[in-house]
Amino acid sequence: MSMITCEHLDKVYPIAIKEPGWQGTWSHFFHRRHRLVKAVQDVNFKIEAGEVVGFLGPNGAGKTTTLKMLTGLIHPSAGQVRVAGHIPFQRRSAFLEKITLVMGQKQQLLWDLPALDSLKINAAVYGISDRTFQQRVGELTEMLALGGKLTQPVRKLSLGERMKAELLAALLHRPQLLFLDEPTLGLDVNAQVGVRDFLRSYNQRYDATILLTSHYMADITALCDRVLLIYQGQLIYDGVLSGLMNRFAPYRQVKLELESLLPTTDLSLYGEVQEVSGREVRLLVRRENLTQAVSQLLANLPVLDLTITEPPIEEIIGRVFASGSVL
Amino acid sequence: MSQIYQTTRVFLRVYYAYMVEYRAELLLWVLANSLPLIMLGAWTEAAQDGQLSLSPLELARYFIAVFLVRQFTIVWVIWEFEKEVVEGRLSPRLLQPIDPVWHHVAGHLAERLARLPFTAALVGLCFLLYPQALWWPGFSRLILGGLATALAFILRFILQYTFAMFAFWIERATALEQLWLLFYLFLSGLIAPLDFFPEAVREIVLWTPFPYMIYFPASLLMGLPTNLGHGFLIMGAWCLLGLVLNRWLWRRGLKHYSGMGA
Repeated sequence: MSMITCEHLDKVYPIAIKEPGWQGTWSHFFHRRHRLVKAVQDVNFKIEAGEVVGFLGPNGAGKTTTLKMLTGLIHPSAGQVRVAGHIPFQRRSAFLEKITLVMGQKQQLLWDLPALDSLKINAAVYGISDRTFQQRVGELTEMLALGGKLTQPVRKLSLGERMKAELLAALLHRPQLLFLDEPTLGLDVNAQVGVRDFLRSYNQRYDATILLTSHYMADITALCDRVLLIYQGQLIYDGVLSGLMNRFAPYRQVKLELESLLPTTDLSLYGEVQEVSGREVRLLVRRENLTQAVSQLLANLPVLDLTITEPPIEEIIGRVFASGSVL
Repeated sequence: MSQIYQTTRVFLRVYYAYMVEYRAELLLWVLANSLPLIMLGAWTEAAQDGQLSLSPLELARYFIAVFLVRQFTIVWVIWEFEKEVVEGRLSPRLLQPIDPVWHHVAGHLAERLARLPFTAALVGLCFLLYPQALWWPGFSRLILGGLATALAFILRFILQYTFAMFAFWIERATALEQLWLLFYLFLSGLIAPLDFFPEAVREIVLWTPFPYMIYFPASLLMGLPTNLGHGFLIMGAWCLLGLVLNRWLWRRGLKHYSGMGA
């Protein structure tokens, strides 16, 4: 049986509409108008135990709404969801003990107290014995490099330390299923790498299933073999990351080092100019034109060095959503 | 049972630490609720001519008892719950296998403990300034008064938490509490004992929950004649009604919850 099964999942929200200005305010006061927003439409997917899946999509695409339905925070408008053998919104204890949801900056730690106090509350809630508590806190503290930080008031921790402490609190009961909504949001590069390493080792050590949304593509590329792509509430891709690149990003990145400076107009004959930095140039070239473009570049321009790579995935995803070419 | 004991112990310990984190705030909260001590001064002065049904001494004792009952029955759950719903901070709590209300209950109980020394000091000061008012209610009245005060807290908490459920729909549930406060101020015995009300009004008010939040436990503590059976029965009935309504609204509200901002 799959760890997560979604069939024809829908979520429709009523959103109040208000025009600006005095007239809009008065008309809003006396007569509320709403429009229905289809946040999630007919979403279907399955996730097996132990998988790490990236959930991608632009802002407002329906990622967080889907996570909220999978964790039982909100009820679906239509469709079936089963997570770890349970119907999430029934919020049975056996279900809640198996899952966790980490939502970026949303904190479960008590702000004015050391994180250790909040962890003790969590231990009591999940019925974790003192011995197991000590052992798990020690283990997670080491994995998250949080030594000495848990006895400081949460408000005195840096953003990165707080995020890690949130992760620790969310994982103390050793859930099998992790829903992570932007777990590295706002963290510096080192902290992002730390959280990524931690999640990878947690997945390997406990065979945990992870569904992860992130705006940082590095999170996705580092952790996820499979991605789900959601756009305007609809799932438009479900498959391996490289397949996503082939389907939505038929480009290669060509980096050039030139002998001398050239005008952008000369360079744009061979592909889309992404960046010109002195004598270094970055072009995006469609895959079917690649051989011809490279031959012409070498024949016509004073090229010192040329390398061909996959373009950065965030750039491609950004282009896909910006152009609306996903549909 | 040991799991419940362990959870209760940890919750109270942690929330006590949370409540005593800001000592000045605690003292200010105690002082902010000293309206009964102001009423004490006003009513004892007004009772000097003997026109009222209670003597100045009885009134002094009544308002000291009211102050004590108030200290043990202060509830603010609606403000916290509204914030949790509107800002989506309820979500992390909903993900835990325990009803979120226990966090609020523990917070309120821990605050009572933290407040205790300040309350005792203020009551001590009152008796120092007005030594004639010092009284011993007797052991049985003390027990019954304590029980009524505990029930008054439960009643007030259940009713306010029930109003808080409306945050799922109207988002500004605290407005309901503000309206409720108007009736609470006048009908609970906080401003004046119910003995000063016209008989007909008093009869009606005694069927509402208001007098049982202040007047009933305060009267028990200071020795005014009270109908014990009727009082505890009405309190229990309102608690039960509030509880049933609360659980019904909770289930309906969760279906309406959108986890805004989270």
